[in-house]
Amino acid sequence: MSTPKPQAPRPRRRGFSDRSLAWFFVGPSVLLLLAINIFPLVWNIYLSFTNYAANRPGTPVRGMGTRNYERLLSQEDVWESLQHTAHFVTWSIALQVLLGFGLAWLLSRKFRGSGLWTTLIVLPMMLSPAVVGTFWTYLFQPQIGIFNAIVGLFTGTTEFSMIANPNLAPWAIVLVDTWMWTPFIMLICLAGLNSVPRDLYEAAEIDGASSWRQFWTVTLPMVLPFLMLAVLFRGIENFKMFDMVNELTSGGPGSVTELANIYLKREAFEKWRTGYAAALAVILFVTVFGFANIYVKVWNAVKQR
Amino acid sequence: MSDTARSIVEPGKRAKRVAGLVVAAYALVTLIPILWIVGTSFKSPNDAIAYPPKVFFEPTLEGYVNVFTTRSRQSPEYMESLPPPETWYDKLVRQRNMVITGPSRFGDRYLNSLIIGFGSTFLTVVLGVLAAYAFSRFRVPLRDDLMFFILSTRMFPPVAVAIPLFLMYRELGLSDTHLGMIILYTAVNLSLAVWLLKGFIDEIPREYEEAAMVDGYTRFQAFRKVVLPQAKAGIAATAIFSLIFSWNEYNFAVLLTSGNAQTAPPFIPLIIGEGGLDWPAVAAATTLFILPVLLFTVLLRKYLLAGITFGAVR
Repeated sequence: MSTPKPQAPRPRRRGFSDRSLAWFFVGPSVLLLLAINIFPLVWNIYLSFTNYAANRPGTPVRGMGTRNYERLLSQEDVWESLQHTAHFVTWSIALQVLLGFGLAWLLSRKFRGSGLWTTLIVLPMMLSPAVVGTFWTYLFQPQIGIFNAIVGLFTGTTEFSMIANPNLAPWAIVLVDTWMWTPFIMLICLAGLNSVPRDLYEAAEIDGASSWRQFWTVTLPMVLPFLMLAVLFRGIENFKMFDMVNELTSGGPGSVTELANIYLKREAFEKWRTGYAAALAVILFVTVFGFANIYVKVWNAVKQR
Repeated sequence: MSDTARSIVEPGKRAKRVAGLVVAAYALVTLIPILWIVGTSFKSPNDAIAYPPKVFFEPTLEGYVNVFTTRSRQSPEYMESLPPPETWYDKLVRQRNMVITGPSRFGDRYLNSLIIGFGSTFLTVVLGVLAAYAFSRFRVPLRDDLMFFILSTRMFPPVAVAIPLFLMYRELGLSDTHLGMIILYTAVNLSLAVWLLKGFIDEIPREYEEAAMVDGYTRFQAFRKVVLPQAKAGIAATAIFSLIFSWNEYNFAVLLTSGNAQTAPPFIPLIIGEGGLDWPAVAAATTLFILPVLLFTVLLRKYLLAGITFGAVR
């Protein structure tokens, strides 16, 4: 509540003017982002219309028009890699939302030691995804791996392999990602739950709302904007997924876990079809950007409510 | 606390206990993989591939010795002819009919991770705090567009930027250099840093600087002596985030470095290939690599958790 006060005359200032200082402060960051993000992106778009191959810098570069794009969209592997990505993103996020929200809901009851447990639960998301992928290959080993041993306690068989079996491998990457990132959703939801004003619950209680009704009419609407933001962050990250899966399965067995970015890396840095890979990169970028924009619009609508 | 009526606002004792048990159970299960890897780093190669997996075993430092050394297998006659081992690790290696031929590359890779991590974190914080201050306090033209532009750079699939970056760095002589990786990681971290720091600086009342400037400080002095100390928590959170990101980063590291400036994450998986299936060595490298992050997380959880949720609360 600020009372309107008369505008004081601006004090005379020494040193740089605010305007030049603003440029001096913002300039370096914007320049760096232009050089490392925008310039490569523009170059990438240019490359996507050529037949350039990075391992043969000497050969003349020919323009290909939109042929790279046409070829991409008619390629079965590309569609398959997009399907694998969709499967991975959908399931990993669904599981993380369920577990993360559930944990946050329990943690919001503020029992003794909840701080300690929160810290312990958060540990996996602080690790390097590539290193996580590497050590999970060991945990997933048939027979000798601890994951199999634990599943074996319940099912009686340790003979299966999570990462060599084409039916199980797509779930292996979902599982590891869920292990790693559930804490993220949990933390954001917890922040949301803690932001719900107590009087809302008190009012609901006075109105005689059951705890089930309170959950649906008070808790969920208040937490939803937070949850949606967490899902956006995870969605973008998982759509771009490369590191963990590259080390865990490197796309195999066959190509059942070959996500879009792993396919892309293969085309760009193993087959050296730079122009073609650049075109796929453009398609992926536009897809994320488009989805994110629509999503943010929905998110804003939810937040305004 | 009164115990007259059970209410949703203050959960009952039993509700709390049940919640505590479920959360503790999840935490313990989720820790198994990490504990198992740390445990494996102290196993002998045979114990590491035992069936069924061994929970109790005789600890050895073989994995750690193997991570830091290169070894070669020798004939029994040659082993006989050697003078007695001078150090404990010589002795350990000779039990496997091998001799140490030199240091491995792990130490260098670890050092690279440190140099690149701290270098880029420093740059990120300096650039980020300047930009964030300007966005928070000055009328920067196109401010909202610039802020969105900065955030949108996070959406670029790393592999998409990696192709031209690879070509660009090759031209500029930056590929596989520490400087190149520091610049790259700074650019990646900057977007989050600017958003995070702007949030923190927005919280600092403008009146503080205005008062300082009335007292004769220039704008820059006011920024340095008034705003920076107030933004300490935000700066700490930002620094921790960029350090952890740079430390953990793999996508660019694996595509743009191969020797000189290679960091630990792309190197650790290679250890499997180097010594057959030397899981204790992989586990030892992993343990040494994740230990600082785990310690950081536990010691600095206050800043860390504040940082993670801060972005969402805005």
